[in-house]
Amino acid sequence: MGGYGDVQMIDDKGLRMDGRKPSECRPIEIETGVVPVADGSARVRWGLNDVIAAVYGPMEAHPRKIQRQDRAVLDVRYNMAPFSTTDRIRPGFNRRSREISKVTAEALESVVLLELYPRSKIRVEIEVLCAEAGTRCAGITAASAALAHAGIPMTDLVVSVASGKVNGVVVCDLNKEEDNYGEADLPMGILPNSGELVFLQMDGDLSQEDFKIAWDYNMEAASHIHEIMARALKGGDA
Amino acid sequence: MRGRRVAGSIDMTRGQGAGGPHGSRESVLVAPGDDLGDSKELEPGHGVIVVDGRLKAVKQGRMMRDGKNVGIQPRRTAYVPRPSDLAIGFVEGMTNNIWFIDIGAPFNAILPLSLGPSKASFGGLRSVLDVGDAILCRIQEVEENHSSVATMKGMGLRKLKTGSVESVDPHLLGRVIGSKGANLSELKEKTDTRIIVADNARVWIDGDVEGVISARAELSAMMMKAKISEYRGDV
Repeated sequence: MGGYGDVQMIDDKGLRMDGRKPSECRPIEIETGVVPVADGSARVRWGLNDVIAAVYGPMEAHPRKIQRQDRAVLDVRYNMAPFSTTDRIRPGFNRRSREISKVTAEALESVVLLELYPRSKIRVEIEVLCAEAGTRCAGITAASAALAHAGIPMTDLVVSVASGKVNGVVVCDLNKEEDNYGEADLPMGILPNSGELVFLQMDGDLSQEDFKIAWDYNMEAASHIHEIMARALKGGDA
Repeated sequence: MRGRRVAGSIDMTRGQGAGGPHGSRESVLVAPGDDLGDSKELEPGHGVIVVDGRLKAVKQGRMMRDGKNVGIQPRRTAYVPRPSDLAIGFVEGMTNNIWFIDIGAPFNAILPLSLGPSKASFGGLRSVLDVGDAILCRIQEVEENHSSVATMKGMGLRKLKTGSVESVDPHLLGRVIGSKGANLSELKEKTDTRIIVADNARVWIDGDVEGVISARAELSAMMMKAKISEYRGDV
């Protein structure tokens, strides 16, 4: 993985193309209850990303062979809308969305108290309306907010954020250019209250030192996003 | 008879209803994972677990403290049956001695012949309660794997032959009933109908046609108002 050394994405002052400092996140907004018919829903606007997650259930798991006698199954479907990027995306599952659905389900399974709902299914639908970069992180974040909004018991929220390396500099929360032409990408799913990790992927290479910096950036960003998420969930007065 | 509550004890403004614990002094909104205090001083209630000696929220909602007990009244929730819940169910199927009842929970409840209407006999279940019939029943027990047993033995538990059944969102049941049943009795008086609000978020409305129609309209307007204000975030 050599990256594209000729694309200059960090200026002389150390700022990035969109004027952010290396440790800075794109602006994030989280909103709950955007799908009134769903049991729970959330919308995450993160930079130019726009992701909606809706949760249905717990309901009886069908077909019966997917039922587990001791716990519920999480049925996660991540999907990008055909109009979400400049290249039209063919509707339906593809290799990438299948992978992201699987890792999202595994990340969420570690916080949701599935053993309280044996033989049931909890359906989580993640729809990407507008994609910039880091849609899997936005998707996991939206899904955990939607699960909390649906009243599903869970030990912690999951906040997901990616850091990476661009022109030899470790930066937090990559945008599209940095994701496409950067050297590495490290998405993490973090439990903000305990600091535990439920999801970790790495694309490209990071040295041990760079990995530590990216880790710290992600942890810091996670607590920032957690504040926004908690405000969205607690906001208003019932 | 008109306007009277049938089968009793569905006053969700007191004690615990489908929405979790009610009635306390303090209340704070919490999100899953929030730390709620030391387990030496406090007891975990609904929606709270103990991890390493600390109380932790596992649901989103309002934290209710009643003495030492800390519980969470969820802001939204699916209906999960509990023993002694009053439920309005629909018959979905039957065998020679068991009816299967849809109670709006993730799983159907079973109504054994022995707990059904007394005139039913082995093999003749369909002549008493047929597929699609609405019944007023009580949840007898809920097993660990979430299958539940319903019963029709008890005061006022019967087949609902007239009227109409409406579904509402479980977390909005409190609004239908109102403080000390105020909204519910207002609705009953205004529309001159009999109304039963069951714990499984189904509402039975009976009376003359105009009354039922206006009660249904009032109810759906109430739900829509709640949903819109929720969507706008000013709940």
